[in-house]
Amino acid sequence: MLLSVIESFKFVFFEDNRYQKLIEGFCNTLKITAGALLIGVIIGIIIAAVRTSYDKNKESMQLRGGIGYHILRAVDAVCRLYLTVIRGTPVVVQLMILYFVVFISIKNGVVVGILAFGINSGAYVAEIFRAGIMSIDHGQFEAGRSLGFNYFRTMQKIIIPQMFKATLPTLCNEFIALLKETSVAGYVGVIDLTKAGNIIAGRTFNYFIPLFTVAAIYLAIVMLLTFLVGKLERRLRKSER
Amino acid sequence: MNGNVLIKVEGLKKHYNSGEVKALDGIDCEIKKGEVVVVIGPSGSGKSTFLRSLNLLEIPSEGHIYFEGVDITDKKVNINVHRQKMGMVFQHFNLFPNMTVLGNMTAAPITLLGKSREEAEKNALELLARVGLADRANAYPSQLSGGQKQRVAIVRSLAMNPDVMLFDEPTSALDPEMVGEVLDVMKELAREGMTMVVVTHEMGFAKEVGSRVIFMDEGRILEQGTPEKIFTSPENPRLKDFLSKVLI
Repeated sequence: MLLSVIESFKFVFFEDNRYQKLIEGFCNTLKITAGALLIGVIIGIIIAAVRTSYDKNKESMQLRGGIGYHILRAVDAVCRLYLTVIRGTPVVVQLMILYFVVFISIKNGVVVGILAFGINSGAYVAEIFRAGIMSIDHGQFEAGRSLGFNYFRTMQKIIIPQMFKATLPTLCNEFIALLKETSVAGYVGVIDLTKAGNIIAGRTFNYFIPLFTVAAIYLAIVMLLTFLVGKLERRLRKSER
Repeated sequence: MNGNVLIKVEGLKKHYNSGEVKALDGIDCEIKKGEVVVVIGPSGSGKSTFLRSLNLLEIPSEGHIYFEGVDITDKKVNINVHRQKMGMVFQHFNLFPNMTVLGNMTAAPITLLGKSREEAEKNALELLARVGLADRANAYPSQLSGGQKQRVAIVRSLAMNPDVMLFDEPTSALDPEMVGEVLDVMKELAREGMTMVVVTHEMGFAKEVGSRVIFMDEGRILEQGTPEKIFTSPENPRLKDFLSKVLI
């Protein structure tokens, strides 16, 4: 029994060097996830900062007058539209629209994948960060401002570091979801981990081994990620002894 | 303007709900260099709002505030520059929990005054030594007692070398046995000639170090004068009533 499993394992992955497909898929999945994560976090910070500063400051900005209030209100409206559209449509549809309609000239599925998943993840990260910023005591803003930090500096030096710490567990959740969502990248011809498993299964007529292997690899990445985030969390909690 | 006047407040009003609530209803006053002005009054009298208006944490609905001759209520003025010269101490300390004591004290001087880290840390350690906390430089706020936190908050503001210190009920959130250590730091500061505006319920502090006491109620200044006059021969009936209710 064990011998036959090893035999079919060898056949499935090592004949015709099929394991190379799996490695290619693994690399593409990591590339898309890492790139999307970076884009998502950047978009998330910007949108969360815009939306919270509009909510917090609209009254005082109206009192102070000037064009700033109107600009912020317009940017806030754009952000809310983005959140509505991105969270209201499936990521596969967004990916296909980006690949087949918007970036028709870019034939690199990995690049379009990074953009699509990044833009998608940004919407969710933005709301996570917004919750994080709102959970920080208003006294922290006031302390920063009273020392002479402007709004931007107060966010950068005081609020955002605390926001990261407060949202890390939820953020980890979003990263895990993102990693697994990239499994639909095959729709635009990217050979990601899932697609690679599927290709190997199709060629060998063996579904059991490739699909369970792929599942195990996803699981291993998620476990490693969870472990690393847990370590980071403990380091950030140093100040709460 | 008289060169001795540090802050001049003219017709200051703060309204909420489009005029329904009048937190400040026309305040005029001057604060001179070196004065220790203590603001007292019942809760809801607008004394905190008044103090927070002085560095524009509350944006006034009407009126002007001149700080060192500049109208800081003018929208063209960069308030951040003037806030560097106005230290503020809060009731709930508002230390940055993710930074050490030293980090709290050096963030603003390094970023805003362009000091080197060594210089800022040296200055911070000197200030900490003055309030007896030199050994806590590397502690995080969560490891400090309330009194220690407030002393750190005071020296964090002092690290910016301000021209005036604003205190918003600095001892109200403290356990009784820790009030003294914070008041001692404030008294020391007053003796050194720092201009201070203090909103407090500590009448003993007002009597001992106040150069002027302002009594506020319903968003107005109802009476002001030397501590002796305010506490021994108050005129306004509401001040008399207030003083009869607070323990002195």
